[in-house]
Amino acid sequence: MSEHDTPHGEVVGTSDGHGNGHSDGHSDGYGSTAVRLDQGHVEGSGGLPERFANPGLPPHVPRMSDLDEKGAKRAEKQVAALFGLSSLATVLFIVAYFAIDPEQSGYIPGIGNASLYNVALGVTMALALLGCGVGAVHWAKTLMPDTESVEERHPQRAKDEDRQRVVSELMGGGERAQLGRRPLIKFSLAGALALPPLAILLPLVGGLGPMPKDTLSTTMWKKGDRLVRDPERTPIRADQVTIGSVFHVLPESIKDSEHVLEDKAKAAVLLMRLNPDDIKPQKERDWGHEGIVAYSKICTHVGCPVGLYEQQTHHLLCPCHQSTFDVTQDCKVIFGPAHRPLPQLKITVDSQGYLIADAPFREAVGPSFWERGSA
Amino acid sequence: MSTDRTVSGADPIGRLRKDDAEPEAPTNPGLKAVGGVAGWLDDRTGAAKPVGYLMKKVFPDHWSFMLGEVAMYSMIICLLSGTFLTFWFVPSAGQVVYDGSYLPLRGITMSEAFRSTVDISFDIRGGLLIRQIHHWAALMFIVALSVHMLRVFFTGAFRKPREINWVIGTILSMLALIEGFAGYSLPDDLLSGTGLRAAEGFMRSVPVLGSYLSFALFDGPFPGEAIIPRLFSIHVLLLPAILVGLFTAHIGLVFVHKHTQFPGPGRTNDNVVGFPVMPVYAAKAGGFFFIVFGVISLISGLVTINPIWAYGPYDPSPVTAGSQPDWYMGFADGALRLLPGWLEFTAFGFTFSFNVMIGAILLIPAMYGLMGAYPFLEKWVTGDNREHHLLDRPRNNPTRTGLGVAALTWYGILLFASGNDLMAIKLHLSINDLTNIFRLGIFVFPPLAFWVTKRICLSLQRKDRDLVLHGRETGRIVRTADGKFFEQHEPLDEFTRWNLVQHDRHDVLTLEAGTDQHGVVSPTARKEKARSALSRFYFTDSINPVTPGELAAAHHDGQGHEAIEAAPSSESRPALESSRREPPKRP
Amino acid sequence: MNALAARRRHPAAIALLLLLGLILTGVAYSALAPKQADAASTAASSVEDGKKLFLANCATCHGLQAQGTKAAPSLAGVGAAAVDFQMGTGRMPMAAPNIQAPRADEVRFTQEQISSVAAYIASLAPGPAVPEAEYTTGQGGDVALGAELFRVNCAMCHNFAGSGGALTRGKYAPSLRDVEGKHIYEAMVSGPQSMPVFSDDNISPDAKNDIVAYLHEVDKQENVGGMALGNLGPVSEGLFVWIFGLGIMVGFAVWLGKKAA
Repeated sequence: MSEHDTPHGEVVGTSDGHGNGHSDGHSDGYGSTAVRLDQGHVEGSGGLPERFANPGLPPHVPRMSDLDEKGAKRAEKQVAALFGLSSLATVLFIVAYFAIDPEQSGYIPGIGNASLYNVALGVTMALALLGCGVGAVHWAKTLMPDTESVEERHPQRAKDEDRQRVVSELMGGGERAQLGRRPLIKFSLAGALALPPLAILLPLVGGLGPMPKDTLSTTMWKKGDRLVRDPERTPIRADQVTIGSVFHVLPESIKDSEHVLEDKAKAAVLLMRLNPDDIKPQKERDWGHEGIVAYSKICTHVGCPVGLYEQQTHHLLCPCHQSTFDVTQDCKVIFGPAHRPLPQLKITVDSQGYLIADAPFREAVGPSFWERGSA
Repeated sequence: MSTDRTVSGADPIGRLRKDDAEPEAPTNPGLKAVGGVAGWLDDRTGAAKPVGYLMKKVFPDHWSFMLGEVAMYSMIICLLSGTFLTFWFVPSAGQVVYDGSYLPLRGITMSEAFRSTVDISFDIRGGLLIRQIHHWAALMFIVALSVHMLRVFFTGAFRKPREINWVIGTILSMLALIEGFAGYSLPDDLLSGTGLRAAEGFMRSVPVLGSYLSFALFDGPFPGEAIIPRLFSIHVLLLPAILVGLFTAHIGLVFVHKHTQFPGPGRTNDNVVGFPVMPVYAAKAGGFFFIVFGVISLISGLVTINPIWAYGPYDPSPVTAGSQPDWYMGFADGALRLLPGWLEFTAFGFTFSFNVMIGAILLIPAMYGLMGAYPFLEKWVTGDNREHHLLDRPRNNPTRTGLGVAALTWYGILLFASGNDLMAIKLHLSINDLTNIFRLGIFVFPPLAFWVTKRICLSLQRKDRDLVLHGRETGRIVRTADGKFFEQHEPLDEFTRWNLVQHDRHDVLTLEAGTDQHGVVSPTARKEKARSALSRFYFTDSINPVTPGELAAAHHDGQGHEAIEAAPSSESRPALESSRREPPKRP
Repeated sequence: MNALAARRRHPAAIALLLLLGLILTGVAYSALAPKQADAASTAASSVEDGKKLFLANCATCHGLQAQGTKAAPSLAGVGAAAVDFQMGTGRMPMAAPNIQAPRADEVRFTQEQISSVAAYIASLAPGPAVPEAEYTTGQGGDVALGAELFRVNCAMCHNFAGSGGALTRGKYAPSLRDVEGKHIYEAMVSGPQSMPVFSDDNISPDAKNDIVAYLHEVDKQENVGGMALGNLGPVSEGLFVWIFGLGIMVGFAVWLGKKAA
């Protein structure tokens, strides 16, 4: 019979059946109704118990090594051989460490050309460890006693009087410290304990980083900045961009940047040339140059570079989460988790025919953030 | 703890006490030497008693109990190999030009973190092996702890008194993900840098604070130079300290509670049947450490992991097809792939990016929060306040097993969704179709998995009942005098039978009237109603173990199987009416 | 000395390695097969021969004048490079209409025949020519620079090691393993199917040679750390650790928990 709680949900007593270890926590009388005995064969419950009784441990079955000294001897030899293999493998590991040239590669079946050094070290180390481990377990399984031990359990909870003592000790301690009677101390202590961690946290949090200001909303693109190839950083003439081409582009001013990676992370641009008739929105055509259009390469989802341009469908695909942008529709999202189109960079050509930016990005590039719209 | 006594085994340690009566002079000189050292230690620490207790502690044998050990040992291997790596790894984002021995990177500008990792791989003898051991062990750690968690869940090992340990394990598991992600990001290669790039996007999606969080974490605009050293101190100092601390508590509680065991003849809720630490478990568990280490070094010697030299250094402009995080972050990545874009919108001039935030910021705490809360939820539903040291066979709790498989299916869909691009090329499918199937599947498959699993469990339980009632089919056909044929069944022996009948019956909690005798509505009526509904959901079609009465009836019936049916479920039982009249059963 | 050490290690390791090799055959792995890049087509190909071959093999889809039909695009202006690439890699003629022409193991035409067709197509309208051999062998190329160019321009579709990747709606960027340098070059200048064009004005012939050099380096399959698992990144690693890592661990655990005979 298991415990009952009071209607307030407090535990008043837990006495798990320690007798047969199988308390059934259910109402009495179920045993007599649980069986359809209306077949007439047995009257009532027939005096049978409600449950089967635990039959106790089954008879012990001895192992080969228990019955036969030869079997035990064989097990001993096996264990010793495994331990021996382990030591041998360690020696081989040391030999391999010194003898094999780390740059030497060789053909290994199933792998191909691999560094022999790494394979040799790995395999010898594995053998050294496995020999030891398998040997120990085999020893335990075959030669160490295999009759089960039984350890008793006791309920986790302490005895009632122990619990009572702790509670009264606690309460008494508070009483003796006059905690209850001195509210002034009680409240000021709470403050004194709660506030000092701030003195550690504040410098930590305050020093973590600067305020974003408008950094997230601006890039280094400015009017007149030439478009250059990434990574060669050479300028691009408009006539070099054939239809179906894609160029990975950076601003020319990146060469003067003091924070190359940070600037690149916002300024990377993808340059494509389409047949101007394929471009649907007038704005996109106006912001481009004879079908050459430039779009931010930083995904508006979480910021991966959107580089996968399909020249036939004019789709741009992000390799991280598969947001798909349609270049013929001003890079609007046609599939995937992104919401906003990629921002377009307005471009034109300079007097020498090189492509230049005609204006900075009009909106923040990259992933969304809270105050994006207001910036 | 100290009040525990064992029922078997002698107590050789007790002799080490100086004031103990010398039982007999040790004849073995080795024993004397050990006794001497141990005595010296015990004089100063009094450790003999607890050590003696620990050495006699009994552990039950079952392969699934070793899964937690695989996790523990993998973690230790990570600590060992990680220490090795710190001797050479330079946690700095400072840019240098590579001039080391790996040709395809010569002359490339890269961070010191990346260069030092390449150096560990190519110029430190054995460095590549240790790096691969570290990474494989980390993957193995999280695989093993996940499977360990599943074992605990499906066998109900989280029940009283082990709820705290379940919660600790949940926190451990979540921190392991973060620890893994931090380590994965350290080499600053193209793949992990892309991961950090995405992580920066995640930060930004937090309402109001997003950009501040991002700037705080990266000390300015992405990528900055702060993230690598910061992740380094998180990865090698902060999180390992917390992990080791929590792990110690975890294993300490296992000792306090003693290990659970599967039900079986001789095994009760009040004992542990198994093998003592000294010598059997010391050899088995100790040997198993070497086995786990050995398997991981074998894999590390033969299989490449994270070839950062092939990825190249991080640069915000390039990216590689198939950009995925390590597998344990896959489910969050998969969620990001499935969430539709319309979850982002602008209102009042501010941008709400729920398409990112749900998968990247909310998913992990929500998922682990739910997991941590499950034992308390189940306890509320069952009203079961007993201690449980005997495990459930998963089939004997069909609803829980079904829920677990449903959750696992849900997780699996997210995980597979993060590999949708690779599935597309390897299986020649459309990535768009795959994504849409996953989007639909995330709602359809978990309930389906629940239903199927529950049905399978119930069938298995019926099979168990059938086996107990009618015995094993022997294959011998007997012809009776009047020309009938039947197959002879052989009754189970009592030990086999016990495995099939040992479990408790499950009953639906009965609902209180909701009003007291004066007709006043009970303030908890609504809660109780929900509880009763949940209880019905759990147990309404539960199948109960065969009782001796049923078996006797079956025997009386001879071979007529049909006469005995499963005991009617508690709902339709008249006992219910009576319990309404009686003081309500309140667990 | 080295050879001696390696041989001494052999007897102990070989059985285990063989076993593992067997277990792991399911894992994606492409055998190394070094290919010589001999692109020089010496035979003087005649436009007339090419036209005949075209009419017999290509005109059904591409039209009698190569003007294109609903089933296939016009070939005017695609250049000899495109023909040499499409036919030389076995993509054309396509066996059946498909979302994308797959690379075929077997090329059905001789280099001479392909060159004839290429000459015919080139005669219709000017287009990129078959590249000169000096830029397609990768010899003398800067592997590191090639790798960097590859990462910026190619890796997002073809993966960091050229293992290939998915595009939208069932299209894909194919694997670049064991592709002749000439064909890599031709693909860049002609932009086959979904692939954008990387003309010589975008990526210079020398830079293309660097890219080829890098890809040939990858082809050598220097699996420094052991089996590369298809060079697909963390997904295949995760799959491996779940199937083999966990599998082996559970195997040992079952053995450990089982009573000895």
